[in-house]
Amino acid sequence: MEKEEPRKELKVSAIENGTVIDHIPSQNVFQVIKILNLSNYMNQLLIGTNLDSNKMGKKGIIKVSNKFFKSDEINKIALVAPSASLIIIKNFQVVEKGKVSIPDQIDKIVKCFNPNCITNTEDIPSIFTVIDKKELKLRCHYCEKITAKDNISFRE
Amino acid sequence: MKNKSLVSINDFTPEEHIRILELASIFEKHPKQRILEEYVIATLFFEPSTRTRLSFESAATRLGAQVIGFSDAASSSVQKGESLRDTILTVSNYCDLIVMRHPKEGSARFASEVAKVPIVNAGDGANQHPTQTLLDMYSIRKTQGSLDKLNIAFVGDLKYGRTVHSLVMALCHYNTTFHLVSPPELKLPSAVKYHIKERNLTYYQYTDLLEVIPKVDILYMTRIQKERFSDPLDYEKVKMAYILKNCMLEGAKPNLKILHPLPRVNEIMTDVDDNPKAYYFTQALNGVYVRQAILAAILGVVD
Repeated sequence: MEKEEPRKELKVSAIENGTVIDHIPSQNVFQVIKILNLSNYMNQLLIGTNLDSNKMGKKGIIKVSNKFFKSDEINKIALVAPSASLIIIKNFQVVEKGKVSIPDQIDKIVKCFNPNCITNTEDIPSIFTVIDKKELKLRCHYCEKITAKDNISFRE
Repeated sequence: MKNKSLVSINDFTPEEHIRILELASIFEKHPKQRILEEYVIATLFFEPSTRTRLSFESAATRLGAQVIGFSDAASSSVQKGESLRDTILTVSNYCDLIVMRHPKEGSARFASEVAKVPIVNAGDGANQHPTQTLLDMYSIRKTQGSLDKLNIAFVGDLKYGRTVHSLVMALCHYNTTFHLVSPPELKLPSAVKYHIKERNLTYYQYTDLLEVIPKVDILYMTRIQKERFSDPLDYEKVKMAYILKNCMLEGAKPNLKILHPLPRVNEIMTDVDDNPKAYYFTQALNGVYVRQAILAAILGVVD
């Protein structure tokens, strides 16, 4: 267990148990909430955005009480928050720290860039294979076309 | 291959491709075998494609199968707003195999995941048309004796032509040397070239058709479509450059054959048709044998 440094002031209050997602690009905080389907979350959820950060200038943070994500679930946010850090809190103490990494497959959340793809007309969950993690290129399981980093958008 | 859907050319292994070609040559010798008398085949054409549909229906009928289906979406329940999923689920109750053509890319893959029966993709938008690829391979192998180490030229619209993309990918297993002839705007996409490089094969790019003719065993012609050009002037500039005339074939190799997926508009002059090197209509006939082989193999009546 790591020893906690004395804090001056917390902009977003501490949680007793759960997951802290830190270092989210400010503009993507609400995207992360959407990807993790937290809009209807029934427990305590603390959100901070445009907070000062030494590393990033401005950053966002989300603290989710009583929630411990599976890695394939949380890794999806790497698409919009590749620099995010994950902190597991138990009994107000940090018990684990980690980083997100881009998964091999991305289901449901991304919209295929190809307007003529069947996933954009029929009610079908999208499925992508990540063929290039560095440049972020996704190949659609259905139309086989590639959606590149700059064209990634999310399904409603 | 029994019960396996054929959506993308890579769904079958190179060994399975060759097996289909071998079966097709048996059907060429004996086209009328009533080995599918017990079977019902559905041809669902959500967009019209008379040539492909008739080729499949001819193949199925020659094998004794019953054929049901529709030839365009206007005459089906799609017009009433039925989803593809519901159409496929329903029709798979009525038949043993579905042949489908659909304007949306990925539709055949989706159908193969929903259907209880195997799906044969007869074209999904600009994505895949694997039976065309297999009949192209059959035509090449039949006219050249083998698929190995051939010099093959692809001419015309190499950017959008799905038959070109699939055939290039399939031929990458046979030490092919590729000669790519197109206007600069319509070059083969880098994703397809990537497959050639991955196999350490060679490709040459040309803008001049005449230069390539003496070098190759197969000349695979495609149509350059006007709507591919944002500026109609650009189209006018290139359209004449990729038209094959009989007089251009003088220096060609004796074994050269000219292929075209059809329909042809004007990219091969009609004076080429009588040249023994013209093979495109026989190529269309080969399509029936290849589709007989595909139907029979997937339904498991041949091994």
